[in-house]
Amino acid sequence: MLRLIILAVLGSAGLFSSASAQTATPRSPAPTLAAPKSPAKAPGADGFIQRWLILEPIPMKGQLTDTAVQTAVKTDYFPNQFTVMPQHADTVTVSGSELRWHAVDTSGYNVNLYHFAYALGKPTSNVLFWAVTVVNSPREMPDIRLAIGSNAASVWWVNGKEVIGIYNDRQTVIDDGVSRSLTLQKGPNIVRAAIINGGGATDFCARFLDREYRPIKDITVSLADRQ
Amino acid sequence: MRLRLLAAVLLVLVAPLSALDGDPRIHDPSTVVVHDGRFYTFGTGNGLPISVSDDGWTWRRAGTLMQAIPEGRPSPEVIARGGNNTWAPDVIRSGDKYFVYYSAPGTQPKAAIGLLVGRTLDPNSPDYKWEDRGPVVWSDGVEDSNAIDPGVFRDPTKGSLWLTYGSYFGYIRLVQLDPKTGQRLHPDARPVNIAINSEASIIIYRDGWYYLLLTHGSCCAGANSSYNIRMGRAKNVTGPFVDNMGIDMLQGGGKLFLSSGGRYIGPGHFGLLDLGDGVQKFSCHYEADLDRGGVSVLDIRPLMWRDGWPVAGDNFKEGTYQIESVRTGTALELAVQGMPVGGLRGRGGRGGRGDAVPTEVISAQNAADVAASWPAGPINLRLSPYMVQAQQKWTITPVANVGGYPGSPYFKITIAGTNRALAATEDRDLVTLPAFTGGPEQLWRIDQLTDGTYRVMPKSVPNSKDPLALSAAGSSTATLDRFSADSDRQRWLLKTP
Repeated sequence: MLRLIILAVLGSAGLFSSASAQTATPRSPAPTLAAPKSPAKAPGADGFIQRWLILEPIPMKGQLTDTAVQTAVKTDYFPNQFTVMPQHADTVTVSGSELRWHAVDTSGYNVNLYHFAYALGKPTSNVLFWAVTVVNSPREMPDIRLAIGSNAASVWWVNGKEVIGIYNDRQTVIDDGVSRSLTLQKGPNIVRAAIINGGGATDFCARFLDREYRPIKDITVSLADRQ
Repeated sequence: MRLRLLAAVLLVLVAPLSALDGDPRIHDPSTVVVHDGRFYTFGTGNGLPISVSDDGWTWRRAGTLMQAIPEGRPSPEVIARGGNNTWAPDVIRSGDKYFVYYSAPGTQPKAAIGLLVGRTLDPNSPDYKWEDRGPVVWSDGVEDSNAIDPGVFRDPTKGSLWLTYGSYFGYIRLVQLDPKTGQRLHPDARPVNIAINSEASIIIYRDGWYYLLLTHGSCCAGANSSYNIRMGRAKNVTGPFVDNMGIDMLQGGGKLFLSSGGRYIGPGHFGLLDLGDGVQKFSCHYEADLDRGGVSVLDIRPLMWRDGWPVAGDNFKEGTYQIESVRTGTALELAVQGMPVGGLRGRGGRGGRGDAVPTEVISAQNAADVAASWPAGPINLRLSPYMVQAQQKWTITPVANVGGYPGSPYFKITIAGTNRALAATEDRDLVTLPAFTGGPEQLWRIDQLTDGTYRVMPKSVPNSKDPLALSAAGSSTATLDRFSADSDRQRWLLKTP
C-alpha cells in the first residue's frame, strides 16, 4: 500500500515541476532522468543501478583532496544523514535552506547530476550531492564488490559501512573505485553515496560485481522500503 | 659497532644479481623440466650430470644419470655407433615415461644419440631407474652429419614427436619418433635436412608456426666463445625454416635470438620452459660467466613474443619503478593525499608567463619531503594517475636466502626512500607495512609475460593456497586476484621514474 502511495505522489508531482518553479526561467526536464514508473527496477544490461533518490545539491567549497572530501562528507548536514532512507519529495533543511529528495530513473549507465541540478535550477559546481538507493537481493551474496565511478570525488556506504572513496578532480570511469569484498544480505541493502563536484560536469555510476568481476544483475532496486 | 652490524645485516638481505643461485655450473643443458614441483636439467659431462632446483632459482648438482643404469655408461650398441662420451642431452615426458636423448660421440663426426628411458626424475623415488634403449640416430664419420646435440619436440597440433640433431659437420637433421618407445617411428626413412653450420637445435611451436632455434658460433673457449642463438620458422615441422630476411637455414640463415650481453658470454642451447598461464621462460647456458670465474652456467630468462618471433627477455632487475596497470593506466600508490611535485603553485598560464623559458629545475619529490603526514601504521593501497609523487615510487630489491622462482630471487617492494613494504593480507588484499620484516607475504615474484608486461605475485598469502597476483580491480583499486592470461587486469608495466 505504501508503495502505491509513493508512486501516486511521484506521478502527480512530476519530477522537477516544483524545482522549475524556483527559477525565474523554467528549465527543461533532465533529459536522461525520469520519475520511476514501476515499484522495482532491475539493473541495466551491464548491471548498473539506475534508480536513485538524490538530494538537491548542498553548496560547499568543492575541494577534492582526500582530507577535504572526508571532512566534507562526515559533516552533519541533516538528521540521520547516514541512516535515513528518504522518500521522494521528503525535505531536509541544510544551513537554513530546504532541500528536497527526488526519486529518479536514469536512462543511461550513469546518473547525470549536472542534468539533475540544472533542471532544478540548482548549482552544479562546488556542491555536494547525497544519493541513496535500496538494492534487494534474492539471497545472501558474499564475496562481491561495489564498483563505482564519479565526477568528481565520492564516498560510498553499503548498509552503513563505508566501503570505497575516490578523490581529486576526475571523470566518471566505469569501475573506477572498487570496494573490498563485501556481502549483500538477503532482502534490502542500502547503498549511499556522497558526491562532491568542483566544477563542470558531474555524474556517477555504480554496480555490483561478483568475484570474477561479472556484473550482478539478479537484484532489483526499489525506493519504497522506508527503514 | 651497531651501525656496522646493521650494514652487515643489510648486505646479507640484498641478493646479488646473477644468473641463478647456488651451483648453476653446466654446459649444454637439456630443456629444463618440472617433475613433482622440482626443476631438472642435465648437461655435458661424465655420466650426464644432473642439476636440480626446488624453485628454479637455487640449483645444486645431484650426481649423474648414468649412475642409475647398471653399466654406468652408454650401452655397447651406442658406443659402437658413436663413442663413449656423454654430452648435451635433451629430455621430454611422453605418456608415463621420460625419454632422455644423449650425445655419444667418438671421433667426430662419428657419433650416436642414445636413448635413456625412465619413469621418474626423482632419484629418491623407488621407481627411479634409467634403461639405455640403444642408439636412435648416428653418423658414420663420413656423411654430412654429426649426430650429437639432440633436441626433442612434441608437435602440439598432432601429438607427434620429433628429434633434431647435428653439429657443424654438415646438416641439422630431423627424424620422427614413436611417442610410445622414443625410437624412430620410420627407421628406414631418410632424415630431413633442415639447417646447416650450427648445433644445439630444437623446435618449438606457436600460433601456426614451427620455430627452429639453434646455436651459431664457437663454443668451449670460455670468454673467447662466440656462441649465439639463432632462429628461423616454417609452416611445417619439416621446414623449410626461413629467417626474417628470407634466408633458408639450410643456407646458413638465422635471425638472432640471443647473443652475449652484460657479463655473460656465449649463450647457447635454447630450451623452452612453459609455466602455463601465458608465462614462458627459456633456458640456455652461457659459455662464460665473468662473475663466476668464466665457467659455463645455466640461466633461465623470460621468453616474449613480438611480431611473430620469440624475443629474449631479461630477468627483472632491482631499481625504483612506478607500477602501472596495463588495464587502467593508473599507478600503484599509498592511499595518502598526494602533494604535487614542486609543491602547490599556480599554473602560470598555459606555457607559463613572460617571455623567457623558465630555468628552474623542479626537484624530485622524495618520501622524506612528504612522509611526515603519512600514517605511521599500515597504509592501504590504491591506483592513481602517475605524477612522480613519493607515494607512487617503489624500490624493488632482491632478497637473499629466501628462495625464488625460475630465473630470479624473490623481491621486496618498498616505497622509495623508506622501509615501508608492500604485503599481501589474509583477506586476499594489499597493505603496506611500516617496515619490511621478511615474511613470505612481503616477498614478491615478478615474471615478465610473453607480451613484455609483468605479473606480480606474493610468495604466499596468509591463510590461502591460491596463487594470487596483483590485480587492477578498478582504475583506482588494486587488490589480489587469481591470474588470468586472458585479461589485462593482472598485467603491469614497470617504468623507471
